[in-house]
Amino acid sequence: MAAPPRHSAMLSVSNAVGTPQSGSSDKSQTAQPPSTPQPTQGLRVPSNRKTIYDRHLNRSRNAELSRASFAYLFAEMVTYAQRRVTGIQDLEKRLNEQGYPLGLRLLDLLFYRTTTTSSSALSSSSTSSSPPNRPLRILTLLHLIHGPLWRLLFGRSADALEHSVSPDTPNEYMITDNDPLVNTYISVPREMNQLNCAAFVAGIIEGVCDGCGFEAKVSAHNQPTEMWPSRTVFLLGFGESVMEREKVLERAGIK
Amino acid sequence: MPSSTRTVFSLIIINKAGGLIYQREYQAGLRSLSTNDYLVLAGTFHGVHAITRSITPKLPVAQTSPALTSPGGSAPVGFSYPNPGVPASGLEHLETEKFRLTCFQTLTGTKFLLFTDPMTGNVDTIMNKIYELYADYVMKNPFYQLEMPVRCEAFDRHLGAWLRGRT
Repeated sequence: MAAPPRHSAMLSVSNAVGTPQSGSSDKSQTAQPPSTPQPTQGLRVPSNRKTIYDRHLNRSRNAELSRASFAYLFAEMVTYAQRRVTGIQDLEKRLNEQGYPLGLRLLDLLFYRTTTTSSSALSSSSTSSSPPNRPLRILTLLHLIHGPLWRLLFGRSADALEHSVSPDTPNEYMITDNDPLVNTYISVPREMNQLNCAAFVAGIIEGVCDGCGFEAKVSAHNQPTEMWPSRTVFLLGFGESVMEREKVLERAGIK
Repeated sequence: MPSSTRTVFSLIIINKAGGLIYQREYQAGLRSLSTNDYLVLAGTFHGVHAITRSITPKLPVAQTSPALTSPGGSAPVGFSYPNPGVPASGLEHLETEKFRLTCFQTLTGTKFLLFTDPMTGNVDTIMNKIYELYADYVMKNPFYQLEMPVRCEAFDRHLGAWLRGRT
């Protein structure tokens, strides 16, 4: 009577812990470890046999990465992009192109994480309390970028979200980051002071916007202040078709 | 006076070829040299440092009559550095009445020269922090070319802020 539940409990425990069980199984099947075909396959498998693909997609708590290795990687990306460029604009365009596919791919993970985690997490950050969905209106999209996307990438929200005050450019929005992670260790030489390497992040944003069906051009601009010397403003300019659709949706009352 | 006893006067960074790549002063009212003189100073120090490393005294390993048999010390066999296991590092401190020069050489051959007040304590801590900032804001900067003069605005800013903050 009491045996089956205990058995199932043991199973669940051994599934949850994982490592002791796999360790004992390794010892029992001594023929398996000496074969070790892993190095020839080119894929390194950790000792507890849990690769990144075995991990749950939603598990982001202990998935922190080294800031230094990211800094070296990004520095190398900038150096690579710099190799065959004609000017600053060309360099920014290349960085933007490097970020764009990342934004497109990141969008699915972002939606997946925001829908599977309790919807209260999203509704508390964004203005809409509707169940998290693909954003239809510009403002919802901007809140998605300003909050969840920024937290997914940098572990915190962006610092400001503004609409262009000029009546000529109602399609322009600005997202401000006081201290972009990608620019932490970068000092741009004086003769290239127009350059902002956060063009890479602008590319990510552009990918996210395009993936949502909002055609946009995103660029990064330096706006240093006394307190924040590497303050960066991301300028989002939405296309004509997006603005027209936005008007139709507003009349229809869709949020 | 107590605040001035912990001051850092200036910092010089010399690359592994003996070229000056960074020079800053952190105290107002110092008589500064011309750029050329700083280059000469860096090159001279580089040479002096190499000489001091090669003239590091060696002690005979055999304990029997060390003072008498030392003239035959041309053959290095049977002699070791005062601190065995640690290779000769060359000049580390130079102290005068007015200042104290501390030299720190990284494993890659870059030398950091720090001029401080002779009363300043914990120079090693200061040096470590400077090395850390150098590793962060110079070596992680994609626009810095190795062995070339350091022109990194973020390095200047953080170093200045940190040195000012601790006095």
